[in-house]
Amino acid sequence: MHTRAKRFLILAILVAAGVSAVSAYFNRYYLGVAIDVGINIILAVSLNLINGHTGQFSLGHAGFMAVGGYTAAAITLAITPHLSGSPSVVLSGLLFAGSLLAGGLLAAIAGLAVGIPTLRLRGDYLAIVTLGFGEIIRVVLQNMECVGAASGLSGIPERTTLFWSFGLAAVTVYVIGCLVNSTYGRGFIAVHDDEVAASASGINPTRYKVTAFVIGAFFAGLAGGLFAHHKLFLSPTNFDFMKSIDIVVMVILGGMGRTGGVIVAAIILTLLPEFLRPFAEYRMIIYALLIILLMIARPQGLFSFGRTKAA
Amino acid sequence: MLEIKNLAVSYGAINALHGISLRVDQGQIVTLIGSNGAGKSTTLRAISGLIRPKSGEIIYEAGSLVGLPPHEIVKRGLSHVPEGRMVFANLTVMENLRMGAYLQTNAAVIRQELDFVFTTFPRLKERAEQVAGTLSGGEQQMLAIGRALMSKPRFLLLDEPSLGIAPLLVKTIFEKIVEINRQQGLTILLVEQNANLALEISHYGYVLETGRIILSDESAKLRQNPQVKSAYLGG
Repeated sequence: MHTRAKRFLILAILVAAGVSAVSAYFNRYYLGVAIDVGINIILAVSLNLINGHTGQFSLGHAGFMAVGGYTAAAITLAITPHLSGSPSVVLSGLLFAGSLLAGGLLAAIAGLAVGIPTLRLRGDYLAIVTLGFGEIIRVVLQNMECVGAASGLSGIPERTTLFWSFGLAAVTVYVIGCLVNSTYGRGFIAVHDDEVAASASGINPTRYKVTAFVIGAFFAGLAGGLFAHHKLFLSPTNFDFMKSIDIVVMVILGGMGRTGGVIVAAIILTLLPEFLRPFAEYRMIIYALLIILLMIARPQGLFSFGRTKAA
Repeated sequence: MLEIKNLAVSYGAINALHGISLRVDQGQIVTLIGSNGAGKSTTLRAISGLIRPKSGEIIYEAGSLVGLPPHEIVKRGLSHVPEGRMVFANLTVMENLRMGAYLQTNAAVIRQELDFVFTTFPRLKERAEQVAGTLSGGEQQMLAIGRALMSKPRFLLLDEPSLGIAPLLVKTIFEKIVEINRQQGLTILLVEQNANLALEISHYGYVLETGRIILSDESAKLRQNPQVKSAYLGG
């Protein structure tokens, strides 16, 4: 199992690197959408750890993404002027990785801060707290002059390539997949299935919930950093409540707790609005209708490969 | 081995237990019988740390359990089989059992416990790779007990193992409970609505009524007690 997963990871990264190397020949629009797909896979798979596997309903994923995005962008913007001439590919790659990591870590700290209230809250109440958290982040960013406040943060250099987007998506899937399938990680599913029985088995549900938030937030932070260096402009409105909802829809449509389904849902829901562009102003209506239809047709999630759920 | 003194528990303004006292000696099966809402499950939940008592003492092997989180109590050798066959529905039988050994790091001990659970409940072995949510009610109860045994407890808290299970399987499960008690010397506190069965297999019994213990005696004597007979044994 693990060697297969490792092989998948290496293969995915190699393919991402290979395709990325020739991406200069691609249509810029398609390339951009492809990078979006990778970023959304990271967001959806990381939220799936919190909402799907651990069963905590979080509506604040965009908030974690914002923390990571702004942190990574601010670091890149602070360092870039000090670089003499054009830095080598390796150096700029390392700097980018460093800024992404810093963004992820700060988002993880934010995850810890949100994870603590989960000690006492569940279900709808938790959803409201996480929603409030996401809004607080957005409002804080809107008033922070050093990151452009409401007018946004612009001039972020382009660093996100197909390699980074899909390479990190593969890492996310690998890490969360191995985690959940490990003996330790079964605890997430145990907490989801039954908290009382989990406690009675000697599991500390609180620790698992907080861990899920911290790890989920870390990867959301990475995705935020990729997003910043892809769109080259950040505005607090990028990370509003609707963004969180978009990610939640991917997780629900993919089937809570099913990594394979969630990945496919992330891909479809990223591409769908693009394919619907010819419908111009009707686009979002059709998009919404399709989601409603999909939910009616497949309430258990799009796909059921991987773990089979009890009826 | 376990002694409870003046235990009182309330859910908000409602008092569920008004200061009960009971003791369970090593190697015994002690049962707590009573009707719905008498406070039987509440007593077990207080012992295993799932709810905090308002007052009173819970002494287990000379140490107090009051205020300890549930996973610490499991570490001390008490294992709780919650009411309603709470298995991890999305995990397989094998994974459920391994979760039961969550605090056990010694692989040899885990294997030994797994062997013991599989010999006690051969059905679980047949279903090892099946997802627990698809098991029948009786099989889920076996799994819940098996999972509790995986932590190698010295004291087992069983909450309504007969609830919603086919009569034939109830008999099997109760036979297994006796077997576990006799062979492993495992001390058991059994909460049951099925007073007849519970008093048949236990050494000592307590009768709980609206949060108070109204009677206690050796199980054999309780079965002859006219009050118990008319209220709980159907004549």
